[in-house]
Amino acid sequence: MTATDIQNGPTGAIVTADGQPLKVSLARALRRQRLFALALVAPLFIFVTISFIIPIADMLFRSVENSIVEEILPETVKALESWDENSGELPDEAVFAAMVADLKVAKANRTNSKVGQRLNYERSGMSSLFRGSGRKAVRIKEGPYKEKLIKADKDWGKVVTWQVIKQFSPNLTPGYYLASVDAMQTPDGSIQFEDSEKAIHTKLFVRTMIMSVAITITTLLLGFPIAYLIATQPAKISNLLIILVLLPFWTSLLVRTTSWIALLQQKGVINDFLVLVGLISEDGRLAMIHNATGAVIAMTHILLPFMVLPLYSVMKTIPPTYMRAATSLGAHPWPAFWKVYFPNTVPGIGAGAILVFILAIGYYITPELVGGTSGTFISNRIAFHILNSLNWGLAAALGAVLLAIVMVFYLLYDRIVGIDNMKLG
Amino acid sequence: MTGLQSTGDPFVRFQEVQKSYDGETLVVKNLNLDIANGEFLTMLGPSGSGKTTCLMMLAGFETPTHGKIVLDGAPLNDVPPHKRDIGMVFQNYALFPHMTVAENLAFPLHVRKMGKAEIEERVQRALDMVQLGIFGGRRPMQLSGGQQQRVAVARALVFDPKLVLMDEPLGALDKQLREQMQFEIKHIHDNLGITVVYVTHDQSEALTMSNRIAVFNDGIIQQLAPPADLYERPDNAFVAQFIGENNKLIGKVTAVDGDQCSVELDSGEKVAAMSISHAGVGQKSMLSIRPERVMIGDEAADCDVQVQAHVQELIYLGDHIRTRLTVCGREDFVVKIPNSTDRAGLVPGNEISIGWRTRDCRALDLPDNL
Amino acid sequence: MNSFKTALIAAAVASVAAGAVTSVQAETELVVVSWGGAYSASQQGAYHDPYMAKNPGIKIINDDSSNAAVAKLRAMNEAGNVTWDLVDVVAADAIRLCDEGLAEVIDHDKVLAPAPDGTPASEDFGNLLVSECFIPQIVYSTTFGYRTDLLASKPTSVCDVFDLAKFPGKRALEKNPINNMEWALLCDGVAPDQVYEVLGTREGVEKALAKLGTIKDSVVWWSKGAQTPQLLADGEVVMGSTYNGRLFAVIEEEKQPIAMLWDWQVFDLDGWIVPTGTKNKAAVMEYLRFATDTQRLADQAKFISYGPARKSSAPLVGKHATLGIDMAPHMPTDPANAKTTLLYNYEFWADNRDDIDERFQSWLLQ
Ligand SMILES: Nc1ncnc2c1ncn2[C@@H]1O[C@H](COP(=O)(O)OP(=O)(O)OP(=O)(O)O)[C@@H](O)[C@H]1O
Ligand SMILES: [Mg+2]
Repeated sequence: MTATDIQNGPTGAIVTADGQPLKVSLARALRRQRLFALALVAPLFIFVTISFIIPIADMLFRSVENSIVEEILPETVKALESWDENSGELPDEAVFAAMVADLKVAKANRTNSKVGQRLNYERSGMSSLFRGSGRKAVRIKEGPYKEKLIKADKDWGKVVTWQVIKQFSPNLTPGYYLASVDAMQTPDGSIQFEDSEKAIHTKLFVRTMIMSVAITITTLLLGFPIAYLIATQPAKISNLLIILVLLPFWTSLLVRTTSWIALLQQKGVINDFLVLVGLISEDGRLAMIHNATGAVIAMTHILLPFMVLPLYSVMKTIPPTYMRAATSLGAHPWPAFWKVYFPNTVPGIGAGAILVFILAIGYYITPELVGGTSGTFISNRIAFHILNSLNWGLAAALGAVLLAIVMVFYLLYDRIVGIDNMKLG
Repeated sequence: MTGLQSTGDPFVRFQEVQKSYDGETLVVKNLNLDIANGEFLTMLGPSGSGKTTCLMMLAGFETPTHGKIVLDGAPLNDVPPHKRDIGMVFQNYALFPHMTVAENLAFPLHVRKMGKAEIEERVQRALDMVQLGIFGGRRPMQLSGGQQQRVAVARALVFDPKLVLMDEPLGALDKQLREQMQFEIKHIHDNLGITVVYVTHDQSEALTMSNRIAVFNDGIIQQLAPPADLYERPDNAFVAQFIGENNKLIGKVTAVDGDQCSVELDSGEKVAAMSISHAGVGQKSMLSIRPERVMIGDEAADCDVQVQAHVQELIYLGDHIRTRLTVCGREDFVVKIPNSTDRAGLVPGNEISIGWRTRDCRALDLPDNL
Repeated sequence: MNSFKTALIAAAVASVAAGAVTSVQAETELVVVSWGGAYSASQQGAYHDPYMAKNPGIKIINDDSSNAAVAKLRAMNEAGNVTWDLVDVVAADAIRLCDEGLAEVIDHDKVLAPAPDGTPASEDFGNLLVSECFIPQIVYSTTFGYRTDLLASKPTSVCDVFDLAKFPGKRALEKNPINNMEWALLCDGVAPDQVYEVLGTREGVEKALAKLGTIKDSVVWWSKGAQTPQLLADGEVVMGSTYNGRLFAVIEEEKQPIAMLWDWQVFDLDGWIVPTGTKNKAAVMEYLRFATDTQRLADQAKFISYGPARKSSAPLVGKHATLGIDMAPHMPTDPANAKTTLLYNYEFWADNRDDIDERFQSWLLQ
């Protein structure tokens, strides 16, 4: 075989030694590489999809999903289409008949209270209206349905009852999102905000942000010197310091909470000490727990490692010669620190701050236990709606808003600091 | 040039300085060194011999474990590092990664509260000096190792310090650039009259640039002398071997007579040599002869010492011929023969006679490894 | 060496035999969800242990998830995999689970044992059967405890909680409108039978909050039942509401200087529901028949100071299992304690809880 035989096949295209065209052969080799790469990322991809993307998608879906009304009251929803909810008049006999028919089916399927629960989120009283009417509707054998249903429960005679049903009959609703910013849609379609005395979510969102920023700042103020010490001390001392910083991770929430209470409460160790040394009077004992202060102290304690570790790993990579160079160039130690050392720690500060901030936003057990009323977070509300009120749609909407806020912060961060400037270690 | 040492008080004085990092071993042992104002002093020595440590003590980043350092008449302890007005080129450059090259250069000027226009002008001048005029806007990480090194040099000089410490500032440069930079640094030194303490591994760099060279080994200055002295009159075996190429012959000192001594080589020959640092009569000594001081042929006949040699190999190097010989039982004896010399009989396998003058042969201490 | 070999063989034989036994008996595991702590212990002592002793084929596994039961059951149901067999919940949650179709409807007379005198279960439980899915177990109450040593005089009325002048100091109240709103209205002069009518209006809610507002600055708000006993014991508060069983423990078992204030205690019920979709329905029903009979409910009171839900159990309540004291006087239902009481209004709170809670929480933020 000559050299040209190897290089050129019958068609003149370049071929490999075994006669395959080079392109085919290359493609095969690349495909194998690609498959291999795919196989390597597949476990992570599947994991992320299952544990992250699907739940978030599910949450976003739930925050607008509202098929329950049409599912359980199909006839009524259809009949209500022709009713003008702004007429001020009750719907006609046909709608009432449809409602009675739907209620009978729902009662048999035990779904009447379920739809009542759903509508009760929009208007108090719907829960018992539907629970009670299920039984009563079964007894209504014939018309006039309107009269009999209103007799069974006078709430059926209120226009607003029907307005709510009609308003929440579409399969998708903006209602949860409106509720998550303390607004609601009136029957005529306009959006109305709650009075500020009842507006809870916006207040909590704002407070959550303020508290989380405060916690981020305190962890930074406390964590920076610690991280600096750890990064610059010999291994023996720095290992001990790291252990001390990580200690909160290794204690159970219960033990931690109990010790905070023992330390911070008015008859607690710190107050006792301050009274003893005469810094405060017996009547002037400080309130450091069951309020925002308590929440900030406790969360700072828990989240400190998330600030210290990224800071430490960044500081570790800053050679001590930078500071030396700066001083040798004539800078006082303080400006040398600010102009030379500090800017190099910014990636660590960014990483730590983002970590702490996002974690702080999501904490709810600790604020619940030590935060009192002024230390409540929006996450406490989300937990309440998931665990207690079962209003998962609202919980999902609140979660989505929180997610959006985090994204905004993230984008701001990217704008100001640059996300590729972030270093986790 | 050597006269610099005697003009009044020294600019820098190390006085019985010792340094230990761990409390167990001394990295610098009893250092005494005076550096005159305007001098270019080079510290030369193998890796780990304590050169950087000396610079760091002088710059104020390490404190001597014992002894004191005086800078311009004032004990260093009294002057904080940032007030010492010492420009420093660090071994790892220590350029600030978050600043551009120009900002790095402007840093010492900013902290000195210079006007904007002057800063700009000086920065540009410094950049031009190291031929990085167009790189002012780049970050250090976007430069090659050699370019970074040049920025570091420029930064150490831009604020006209009285004393400049340079820790292997040209290590990463190619030959041509290095020579150019050597010239630049030397030029700056001569023009500005600054004092430079320079650390290098490169002998020829040390020899060409310095007023004096301090050869370090094992925390001790082995010899402190102008380049020529160092090369031609090494004080001990370490310096002789460390600086330049060196032929060594081992023998026992049999007698000392003034500044000369006679040595009986291991192979039996008796030769005369300059008596420098051998341990005394009856002790072993290493004789040191520079390759270019060995004569062959007719010239050898005129020499004080003449021995027979067996030619091993010849290496043609253009301007000279490197010849490896077996002399007095040693096979690593090298002679450099200028291309102009008559080379009759210089064929591998031949016996020839070689010779040298007594003053070119120095009887030194016997190093541990021989 | 020899004995070691023998031991080895014996162990091998034993393990094979054990495997054989389990496979032959086909043991049924029932996952019973409850509140954990002292409460689960009382159920273990009164129900689980005796039942497992009688039925070696049944193994009862405890899961302390009751405080998140409603949400978890709903999630399990959505996922189509219900792993619980029996769940202990408060009545309000039982009603909600029943509404959502997450709990089985129970025919009480068919499933539950009659009283020893033959009275059918539905009559024995009477009006405590607040939901068709719910099998009541105990009556507990939310009421006040106070420090006997830190107050100048003894509080006698729930309205003393609102009297800062006479009873200065901090109070612990639940971070939840339920009960607090009722007490506030009662102490603001609303007639007991009008409380819910008033609370059903916007003005009524504001009225209650205004009353609570008079002590707001002196309140520590709790969210876990264990907090009040701790706060009382530490002297952080001088009085506080919690479940009566918690107060019993801190008074009688820990001997703290605390006393009960029973005035206008609010009764609530706790009991069982069978989750829809349990895989062991038959076995659960059998267990339920045993665990809710007259004797068993009376037995539970040996371990914890909650009243049995059956009328027929009351006379059988005896002494505390370890303290040896008579339990009857510590029951919230004891006539001496139950002079003025409210019963948790399930329907009202099912309708209004979300709305009032929102208002209450935002009031807390102000
Ligand atoms: N910070 C330190 N802590 C402990 N030992 C050190 C420290 N710095 C240097 N040493 C030790 O001191 C000795 C001298 O180090 P130094 O850096 O002065 O050597 P050098 O002469 O500059 O070497 P090179 O030419 O390789 O740069 C070495 O053995 C080194 O290991
Ligand atoms: Mg060095």
